[in-house]
Amino acid sequence: MAAFQELVQHYNSWIAIFLMVSGLYIVVARGNMVKKLVGLGLFQTSVYLIYLSPGKIIGGTPPILSDQYTVYSNPLPHVLILTAIVVGVATLALGLALVVRINEAFGSIEEDEIFEKDVEA
Amino acid sequence: MISGNLPALQVVLPLFGAILCALARRGWLAWFIALVVSWIVPVIAVGMILQVLDSGPISYAMGGWTPPIGIEYRVDLLNAFVLLLISAVGAVMLPYANLSVQSEIDEDKQAWFYALYLLCLTGMLGIAITGDAFNAFVFLEVSSLSTYAMIALGKDRRALLAAYQYLIMGTIGATFYVIAIGILYSMTGTLNMVDMSNRLGDVATVRPLFAALAFLTVGISLKFALFPLHSWLPNAYAYAPTFATAFLAATATKAAVYLMLRFFFAVYGVAIVFGIHPVSEILIVLSILAMFAASIVAVFQDNIKRMLAYSSVAQIGYITLGFGLANAQGLTGAIVHLANHAVTKGALFLAVGGIVYRMGAARLEDFKGIGRQMPLTMAGFTIAGLSIIGVPGTAGFVSKWYLAIAALEQGWGWLVILLVLSSLISVIYIGRVVEMAYFREPEGKALEARDMPLSMMIPAWVMILGTIYFGVETSWTAGIAAQIANDLLAGVQ
Repeated sequence: MAAFQELVQHYNSWIAIFLMVSGLYIVVARGNMVKKLVGLGLFQTSVYLIYLSPGKIIGGTPPILSDQYTVYSNPLPHVLILTAIVVGVATLALGLALVVRINEAFGSIEEDEIFEKDVEA
Repeated sequence: MISGNLPALQVVLPLFGAILCALARRGWLAWFIALVVSWIVPVIAVGMILQVLDSGPISYAMGGWTPPIGIEYRVDLLNAFVLLLISAVGAVMLPYANLSVQSEIDEDKQAWFYALYLLCLTGMLGIAITGDAFNAFVFLEVSSLSTYAMIALGKDRRALLAAYQYLIMGTIGATFYVIAIGILYSMTGTLNMVDMSNRLGDVATVRPLFAALAFLTVGISLKFALFPLHSWLPNAYAYAPTFATAFLAATATKAAVYLMLRFFFAVYGVAIVFGIHPVSEILIVLSILAMFAASIVAVFQDNIKRMLAYSSVAQIGYITLGFGLANAQGLTGAIVHLANHAVTKGALFLAVGGIVYRMGAARLEDFKGIGRQMPLTMAGFTIAGLSIIGVPGTAGFVSKWYLAIAALEQGWGWLVILLVLSSLISVIYIGRVVEMAYFREPEGKALEARDMPLSMMIPAWVMILGTIYFGVETSWTAGIAAQIANDLLAGVQ
């Protein structure tokens, strides 16, 4: 029972891990380059949850210095993840731009079709 | 005033240079801006290394926020060494870029290329200088994103595929690194590397730290292409513009290796990484596999840029082998090989770039009779090739010597034999090219080929002479590396 309780208590981590592994699976298993990027985005985003959930304390307030409040949530993970989101957006934008160029150059964004053409060329 | 702000200038200067390049729009103007920046940056690095040798580590509080609250730029001997290495390689290579880039990249994209180059330089210098674990991630991605774009500028359409592949692998690597930092942060409550290493001892539950170490190792290994995580590297180096290949081969993997060195030896410390966990065994096995598998694959490559890329994967094996041995000699060998491999591989790619410039490609058959048509270029290739093999009197020998001594200290004679055997494989792949160049008759395009122009020849030969200089005079490389290795093993902060 105690083990079960501990499993349930960490439900936020389980959700993050489930999303993370699904994202990674899509990156590995899909041949379509846009789908791969979607998977990559899911993978990156799930990591944001790993940062954010330990930063929240139930009943905690934003870190405002006042005698009325004694329990604060940590703002630093949010700031870090804001930066990580920017990096993630830049990566996704560059990845999609590359896919557009690949489509222009090869006429396809399916990996197996492209590798077939590559052998002919 | 200026001497107090050197750590900030080291990163800010190339960052602003990149913006100026993007605004310049004209290729030659952007090249000139990049040249000025690239020549100032190593001066700053020398200034800092002198300060460090004189009065110990420099701690710079970014924006006036005192560490560990604010972001700290911390320069000790290891940082200063890596900073000098990266910035000096950039300074030597940039004069080469002008003609090489003109011949390979469209007129309207040249200015963007230099902006990307400076951003990449910013990122790598940032990784090497920052004392903040999350800041290092941001710089890692600054350099990686600009690298993907630089590779995609290659002439061949397969460059796009290589860039895409690298983007996927590189992002997975960086995300693994972020996970590791997240775990470390939630366990220690700090992002400052020095602070983190002090607090790691107080952490009661060890398992999250082990998970973080695993994520960290895999993530950074992806970035520097440790076998078997190297699949992105050969294509990326083969199809990128030649200047980008030469620059990246000499520096990019080195910045990531530095990050691993920092986390293994300074943040976690030898006792945790090598005492409790089997990191040493894993690294040694993977390194030996890299040395052999990548070298053997290199023998069968037809594209010489791709061949040298596989050789890079093998050479990274020597560096991680030194980590795995984890004694003073091994670590010295690894750090020295950072510098020696940068100079050697840079020289080789610059020489191959000369052949690409004249012949339009670098397949093995393009090398037929080149030795007679392009004597200086090919002589340079041969000398740098000897350094890859590790012939005494060249830089490559020095690092392998330290690694061999380290192996003997552990009582592992078999490892020395493996070192020699893997070097013999590199004799084959370098020898194949040399044989083609000197013992075959030139035909077709090769009949009109001449040595590369002076502005390309001088940077190439500076690197080539560097491989000889660092093979004979080792006080700058091995001397400093030995000091760094002792500091790291002793846990000096």
